[in-house]
Amino acid sequence: MELVVSQLLTGLSIASILMLVALGLAIIYGVTGVINLAHGEFVMLGAYCAWFLQTQLGLGLIASLVPIFIILALFGWIIEALVIRHLYARPLDTILATWGIGVMAQQAVRLTAGGELRYVEMPAALASSVNIFGATESAYRLFILGLALSLFALTWYIYRHTSFGLKLRAITQNRDIASSFGINSARVYRSTFAYGAGIAGLAGALVSPLKSVSPEMGTTYVVDAFMVVVLGGAQSLFGTVASSGILGELTGFLAFHSNDTIAKALVLLAIVILIRFRPQGLFSARVRS
Amino acid sequence: MTTNRRKFLQGTAALGAASLGGFPHIWSKNGMLARAQDGQIKVGVLFSLTGTTAIIEESLNKATIMAIEEINAAGGVNGMEIVPVVEDPASDPATFAEKARKLVLSDKCVSVFGSYTSASRKAVLPVFEKQNNLYWYPTLYEGRECSKNVIYTGAVPNQQQDDFVPWLVENFGKRWYLIGSNYIYPKEENNYCKKLLAELGGEVVAEEYVPLGHSEFSSVINKLKAEKPDVIFSTVVGDSVVALHRQYHAAGLDPETMPMASLTTSENEVAAMGGAAAAGHFTSAPYFMVWDSPENQKFVEAYRSRWGGDKVTHFVSEPSYFQIYLFKQAVEKLAASDIDPNTIREAVKGEQFQAPQGLVKVEPENLHAWLRPKIGRCKSDGQFEILKQSADWLEPDPYKAYANQSCTAEGLKEV
Repeated sequence: MELVVSQLLTGLSIASILMLVALGLAIIYGVTGVINLAHGEFVMLGAYCAWFLQTQLGLGLIASLVPIFIILALFGWIIEALVIRHLYARPLDTILATWGIGVMAQQAVRLTAGGELRYVEMPAALASSVNIFGATESAYRLFILGLALSLFALTWYIYRHTSFGLKLRAITQNRDIASSFGINSARVYRSTFAYGAGIAGLAGALVSPLKSVSPEMGTTYVVDAFMVVVLGGAQSLFGTVASSGILGELTGFLAFHSNDTIAKALVLLAIVILIRFRPQGLFSARVRS
Repeated sequence: MTTNRRKFLQGTAALGAASLGGFPHIWSKNGMLARAQDGQIKVGVLFSLTGTTAIIEESLNKATIMAIEEINAAGGVNGMEIVPVVEDPASDPATFAEKARKLVLSDKCVSVFGSYTSASRKAVLPVFEKQNNLYWYPTLYEGRECSKNVIYTGAVPNQQQDDFVPWLVENFGKRWYLIGSNYIYPKEENNYCKKLLAELGGEVVAEEYVPLGHSEFSSVINKLKAEKPDVIFSTVVGDSVVALHRQYHAAGLDPETMPMASLTTSENEVAAMGGAAAAGHFTSAPYFMVWDSPENQKFVEAYRSRWGGDKVTHFVSEPSYFQIYLFKQAVEKLAASDIDPNTIREAVKGEQFQAPQGLVKVEPENLHAWLRPKIGRCKSDGQFEILKQSADWLEPDPYKAYANQSCTAEGLKEV
C-alpha cells in the first residue's frame, strides 16, 4: 500500500512538473501554431528571476510568483511584437527565429548573471514532508502539484468560459473567418503568447528549488515539453494534462523498476511508436479543415 | 589525418623555402622536441575559458597562472622566466587537441598544464605521445591510464576510497547504494568500490546510473526510501549533483542515518546547491579549503587577494597550483641548455613538494602523485569539517581494480 501510494505520488510529481513546463508551449502552439524553441529559455528566465528576486531583493519564492509571471509575460509580449508577429505565415522561419532568441537569452544570462550553477531557497513552510497513507512526500512537491492543477483549471476556465476564450477558439478554428467577424486576432495572438511565456516563467520559478539553475537548463525542459505536447495532441488542453499524467506515471514506474536511463529511452520509444500510428496525438480537438 | 600528410609536406616545403633557416631542424627527431631558450621557459595553459565546463576550468586556469606569477616574482627558475601561453579550448575535446598541437608544435612549449574532463584528456593524449611532450593533469580521475607523457597530480580511485570505504562501513554499515552519472568515471570508481566492499563483507543493494545532466531524482529517492541503504555512494557529477542533494533534502531524508558519500562534491558544488542541502554528507579528497596548514593558509589568501575575496579553492584547483611548483623543481635540476620534455619527465620522478594539502610526491613508475586523502563532512556554511586524514601516504595505483595489470615506467604491464 505504502509503496503503491508513494509510486503514484512520484509519478504525479513528475507529471506536475512536466505539465507546468508544457502548458505554456501547448497554449502557444495550439493557438498560434508557432513552434517556440525558446520555450525552455522562458523557463530558464523564470528560474533566474526567482533567484534574482530572492538573492538581491530578499523576496521569498511564493511572493515572487506574481512578479515573475508579469515579467515573463511582458517579455513574451515584446518578443511577439518585435519578432514573432512578422513570421506567422512562415512557420519554418519561426523555428529558426525562436531558436535564435533562445540562444541569445542563454548568452545574455551567462554574461549578466554568470555561468555558475545557482539555487533558489525553498519556502520554509513547505520544507517539510507530509505523510499520506503511510507514504511520505515532500510538501513542496505537493505544492507544485496543487499549483499546476490550479493553473490548468484557470487556463481551462479562460479558454472555455470567457469571451477572450471564445475568440481564441474561433481563431484556432479559422483565423481569417474569425477576423472577418471583427475579432482582433493580432491582439489575441499577442496575449496568448504573453500568457504562455508567463506560465513558462512560473514553471521555471517553481522547479528552481528542486533543480539547479543554470543558463543551459532550458534545453532539457524544451524537449520534455515537446514530448508532452506531441503525445497529448497539439490543440487539446485536456490532452496536455492527460499526456503529462501518463508520461509522469510511466517514467516513475519504469525508473523505479529499472533506472532513469532506461526509463527515458523506453518513454521516448513509446512516443515514437505512438505517433507513428497516431500522428495527431492522443487527443485532438475537432477542427474543421 | 593521414590524408593530410601530403598537404602538410607541401605546405612545410613552401614555408621552408620562404623562411630559410627557421625550418630545417624540424626534420631531425631531436630538433622536433620543444626546448627552453633565451632565458625563457614556455609552457602551455590549456583550460576552457568558455563553454559548459568553463566555470570550473576557469578556477584551474587561475590557480595555474597564480603559481607561475609567484615563481616568476621570486626570481623564476634558475633566473629564467616561465612564460605561460594561454589557450581557450572552449570545452570541446576536438578543440583541445587542436590547441594542444599548436602549443606543442608552433609555440614549442616544454610542458602543457590542462584539462578537467577525462574526455578532453583522452583527446590531447595522442598529441603528447606522438610529439613526446609532457601534459600535466590536475583532476581526480578514474585511473586505468598509463602514459609516459602525462603527469597526473589528482587522485585515482584507490587514493580516494582505500580509507573512505572502510571508514563508512565501520560508522554506518554494510548495505550500499551506488549511484552515478552514466559515463566512464563513475563506472570505474564503482568497480573499485565494489571490490573493496566485497573484501569488507559489504553488500551492494543497487548500482544505478542516471543520464548526464539528469535532474529528476524522485524515482531514485523513492528507491532509497524503499531500500533504506546504510550509505549512498554518489559519483553523480555536474548539475545532477545539485538536483540530487536538493531533492534528497526536500524529501526529508536524514544524512545521519543514510548519508551520501561522494568523490565529486567539492566546495564548488556545495556553493551551487546551498549549505543546507549539503550539510551532513561526506566527501573524500586529498584537499579541502579548510585544511589547516601554513601552506594552505598562504594559498587561500593569495588566491583570494589575486582573484576576489569570495572565491573558493577546491580539490582540483589546488593540484593545478602545486603541479607548477613540481615543474619548477624539476626544471631547476636541469642545465639551461638541457630543458626539454624528456629531461623534465626524468627530473620530476620522485620529486616532492610541500603543497597546501601536505607533502606530495611524483611516483617514478606511473607518474601519478602520492597523496594523503582526507574525509570531510559538509557543514551548512558550505565548508567541510575534516574528520580524518589517512594515516599513510597513499601510493597511486591507477590499475588497482584490475589485479592482472599494472602501470610501470616501461608502460602497461600485463601480469
